Amino acid sequence: MIKEILKILEDDARTTTKQISTMTGTPDAEVARLIKKAEEDRTILKYKTIINWEKLGEEQVWALIEVKITPQRDVGFDAIAERIYRFPQARTVYLVSGTYDLLVIVVGKNIHEVANFVSQKLAPIEGVEGTVTHFMLKRYKEDGEILEGKEGVKRQPVTL
Amino acid sequence: MSAKSRSQRYRNLTSQKVNQISPSGIRRFFDLLASMEGVISLGVGEPDFATPWHIREAAIYSLEKGYTMYTSNLGMPELRQELSRYLRENYNLVYDPDRELLITVGVSEALDLLMRAILNPGDEVIMPDPCYVSYNPCVALAGGIPIMVPTNQKNNFEIRAADIEARVTNKTKAILIGYPANPTGAVMPRNKLVEIAELARRHGLLVISDEIYAKLVYGVEHTCFATLPEIKEDTILLGGFSKAYAMTGWRIGYAAANQEIIAAMTKIHQYTMLCAPIMGQVAAIEALRAGEASAAEMVEEYNRRRLVIVKGLNDIGLSCFEPHGAFYAFPSIKVTGMTSEEFAERLLTEEKVAVVPGTAFGECGEGYVRCCYATSLADIEEALSRMKRFVNKHKKA
Repeated sequence: MIKEILKILEDDARTTTKQISTMTGTPDAEVARLIKKAEEDRTILKYKTIINWEKLGEEQVWALIEVKITPQRDVGFDAIAERIYRFPQARTVYLVSGTYDLLVIVVGKNIHEVANFVSQKLAPIEGVEGTVTHFMLKRYKEDGEILEGKEGVKRQPVTL
Repeated sequence: MSAKSRSQRYRNLTSQKVNQISPSGIRRFFDLLASMEGVISLGVGEPDFATPWHIREAAIYSLEKGYTMYTSNLGMPELRQELSRYLRENYNLVYDPDRELLITVGVSEALDLLMRAILNPGDEVIMPDPCYVSYNPCVALAGGIPIMVPTNQKNNFEIRAADIEARVTNKTKAILIGYPANPTGAVMPRNKLVEIAELARRHGLLVISDEIYAKLVYGVEHTCFATLPEIKEDTILLGGFSKAYAMTGWRIGYAAANQEIIAAMTKIHQYTMLCAPIMGQVAAIEALRAGEASAAEMVEEYNRRRLVIVKGLNDIGLSCFEPHGAFYAFPSIKVTGMTSEEFAERLLTEEKVAVVPGTAFGECGEGYVRCCYATSLADIEEALSRMKRFVNKHKKA
């Protein structure tokens, strides 16, 4: 049941426990209890909103940074990853397979802010062999949502 | 010549057969709807999802490659093979793709072809009331006589074998059923279908089973009529892609039946339609090969909306049996004391919510309206709150 509830919340975090109760045929109180438990054990990490800031003319610079690192004895990649993810500027940090090791997504107010972070904070970390920074030019789709030109429903108002 | 006598003259020129078909009684309602803004429509009969992208992409690619021609009358061989595999894997039914399957322009065409293929003047076809709007006219246009079997909320709108048997005459040719049902959302349990299969065998009747909503069932299993004991040869299974894969506009359906019936249908199909559109057929191949996951996702979403609308309707006093299939709820509006048409029209003008009067689907639809829940949850909830206001205002003490 918790999976069913989480799927509904993942799609729309604002779905009320009452609505979820109807959709799953589970009593209201039970839904609330399961959600609370998921929040406490950090199955649910956070409720957030996907925003198209460009609509407000907000300047935002996103960068995907490939980071190549030397793994360390006993802790592998984790210690360096931690040194990186503790910076609030690092919005997302993944360990990936391929030609580099960590993919770090950084968001800043402008290109200098991001460049400063990379050159002064990220690159000098011991064990970081090199970085390649890709500035994002356009966001087409974010967490499953198309930003512009999402297709509407195009059906006739009544069909039998 | 006056406008009136001119229209009389042309009415005399159209065939008696067409003239005897009564035009849909809710035309006026549709026109009213078309002129209004801000309406939430629960009056639709199709998904609110666009066709899954992988299916559209396959069709676009085929157009780029120049697949723009006629196909075999029966439909593309690859599609018939995929369909044959699908029916075998899902129902353990074996249909020869070269002789026992026909690809049509939606189930609508298949139904029309079939009626013309099997009916002699005066032959009777027994069907439930209410039922999908085209069953009755398709029989009548083919020279047959539709025989309606009343169904009701008490029986969850299931058609009963005993009620069918009471109407069998020496002119009865076939039983026509469509479950999961439009407009009621009813699903027939297997044991009740078995009784129908037995009576069909007893009287030597064909059974036409329109299973366009087969994949849209919730918490119950769909029984394909042709899988019942010793009835496959006498069953004409009609199905399609419109509902489960959100492909209404592609117009692809099929008939699966014994080769004599398929041959007879094909004779009419080849002279009147030639073949179903190739782009739709290409899309259908992709749907059968890789569409399961997207169909299952849509079913899951419909189920949530279903539970919300059924509870919501019951909560506001429009009593509604739990529909286990399709994407319709069929609540009773008796608390308002209005006729179905009056209810639909006033709900539209007063609260801007469109529903379809039950009478559009037969006399037994009186006292009910069809509410389609293939629409966003937000719209369903807004429609329910408007309907609540409406019902409270008009409730008979």
